[in-house]
Amino acid sequence: MILSAPVGLGTVEGPAALFGGVYSNHLALLATLEDARAAGAETIVCLGDVGAFGPRPDVSCRIVLEWGIPVVQGNYDHSLGHGLADCRCGYTDPEDNRFAAISYGYTYAETSPEHRAWMRTFPQAIRFRLGDRRVLVCHASPRRINEFLWESTSSDAFLLRLLDDAQADVLAVSHTGLPWFRPLPARRAVLNVGAIGRPPNDGRTGAAYALLLLDAEGAPAVEWRRVEYDHHRLAAEMREESLPEEFVETILTGWWTTCLEVLPAKERARGRF
Amino acid sequence: MILSTPITSQEDRSARFQGQADPEASPLLHPGPLDALWFQVTGTVCNMRCEHCFIACGPTNHAFGFLSVDEIERRLEESMELGVRDYYFTGGEPFLHPDIVEILIRALSRGPTTVLTNGTLLKAHHAAPLAKAAAGGRFSLEFRLSIDGFDCATHDALRGEGTFERALAGLEMLLAHGFLPIVTAVRTWPSGEEPEAYRAFVGMLRARGYRNPRIKLLPIFRIGAEAERAGGYAADERVTTRMVAGYDPDLLLCSSARVVTDRGIWVCPILLDAPDGNLGDDLAAAAARPFCLGHAACTTCWMHGAVCANPGAYTPEAGLEPDRP
Repeated sequence: MILSAPVGLGTVEGPAALFGGVYSNHLALLATLEDARAAGAETIVCLGDVGAFGPRPDVSCRIVLEWGIPVVQGNYDHSLGHGLADCRCGYTDPEDNRFAAISYGYTYAETSPEHRAWMRTFPQAIRFRLGDRRVLVCHASPRRINEFLWESTSSDAFLLRLLDDAQADVLAVSHTGLPWFRPLPARRAVLNVGAIGRPPNDGRTGAAYALLLLDAEGAPAVEWRRVEYDHHRLAAEMREESLPEEFVETILTGWWTTCLEVLPAKERARGRF
Repeated sequence: MILSTPITSQEDRSARFQGQADPEASPLLHPGPLDALWFQVTGTVCNMRCEHCFIACGPTNHAFGFLSVDEIERRLEESMELGVRDYYFTGGEPFLHPDIVEILIRALSRGPTTVLTNGTLLKAHHAAPLAKAAAGGRFSLEFRLSIDGFDCATHDALRGEGTFERALAGLEMLLAHGFLPIVTAVRTWPSGEEPEAYRAFVGMLRARGYRNPRIKLLPIFRIGAEAERAGGYAADERVTTRMVAGYDPDLLLCSSARVVTDRGIWVCPILLDAPDGNLGDDLAAAAARPFCLGHAACTTCWMHGAVCANPGAYTPEAGLEPDRP
């Protein structure tokens, strides 16, 4: 695997809008971008996986390009860009892998060769400074494009080691689809921004993303945003594209129905299935 | 502003294998950072004597003894300096330890914790305080419950008469306390029958009140008691230098984990009977020490990957399927 060098975005005073996992949900994407602009975001970064799960991935690609949003490469972008056989989502359960194969096969077929070539150019990390804090943004973890960083399976000691190794004060990741924020000593923090393309398994249908900012003491803080969009319209588009009814149900109910076997105990217990 | 990439490439990872001049010789693996720390909390002492146990644990196997609360506390403190992500407790049977509840609560206060059990000794006086600690803490407490068969006949033939119902009583008790145990089953059926066996397993667990059962299937290690039951590895079954070219070392537990025992730090939970599995007493040094993948059981890890870890803890980047043209 050839890795691209990380891209630097300079220094911002904030807030920085960080969202992950578009998953071809172009309606949630537009709603998120408009919300971030309205909230006064000084910079906006996408944490990867532009296409997946949802309908007509090229629509989302065009929106990201039109808005000029920098994207760190997700495992889906990497697989599509390099023509790999599967999404490398990291599932271990046979039924989860069956759904992953349906999603990847559809997304590969429906993403134009030009957009796939574009995905190959995404950097795997983006750095910027938020005030005096060094922020590192990547898709899954600083060491692996598909490592799951769940809130309940990441000790403080482990997160501090990741920050030290990456020479960062703040680490922002996505990949799991479930948002969380962990403040750490000495004005450091790790956050998972979740995914906007699929609601975070809490029975609400809106898209979730993070506004990263500094509090009065100069420590990293997060303002969680929840953005409503026309999820009924997205569900109709998914049905037109013959995507699995299990995926549609998640969009309509806010509960995950597939790819649940990688969830740790705490995260699994919060969902319906 | 272009900065050096922090993400490790597949090539960098594969370089942790130190091959030999002879491509058929076993390679050395230089480990990465220590992600997981295992505790052989009750050594090799178990209340059961399973026919397929890879270390032949049993009531009278004192090859490894119990760990004290003080020793575990000391190792937990050391582990935080090393940035350990999560803790696993195994045996033997961990619930033979008189202080197991206190031990698990101490670990859980520092990081995610998993306990591997046969379920037959679980009582409400274990589950209730653990449920309280898990609910009040930030980290997951995982129970991994060994149930090797979807009916009494298959299970008890391997694990002993009456143990199926006792294990399921343990499962029901965990469910009643709000836990969602990962049920592990060793693959004792022919591979062609796996979908059928999996469905039967799910059906059996649902009938016992586990609505969305979490299941992890395990390959069988043909060592210990299992070698006596069904035969061991062939003499030429070894991981070779040729076999690790382009292989992702993080699929192997010894790449990112070590085991605390009462006789020192061991390389992995499978090779307890191997003298070279002992990597000394110093955890930091043992975590960094390379290990020769020269054991027949290493071929099972090489083939299946991430055998002992929880689902989702390790994610392969390189797939086995051919890529699209």
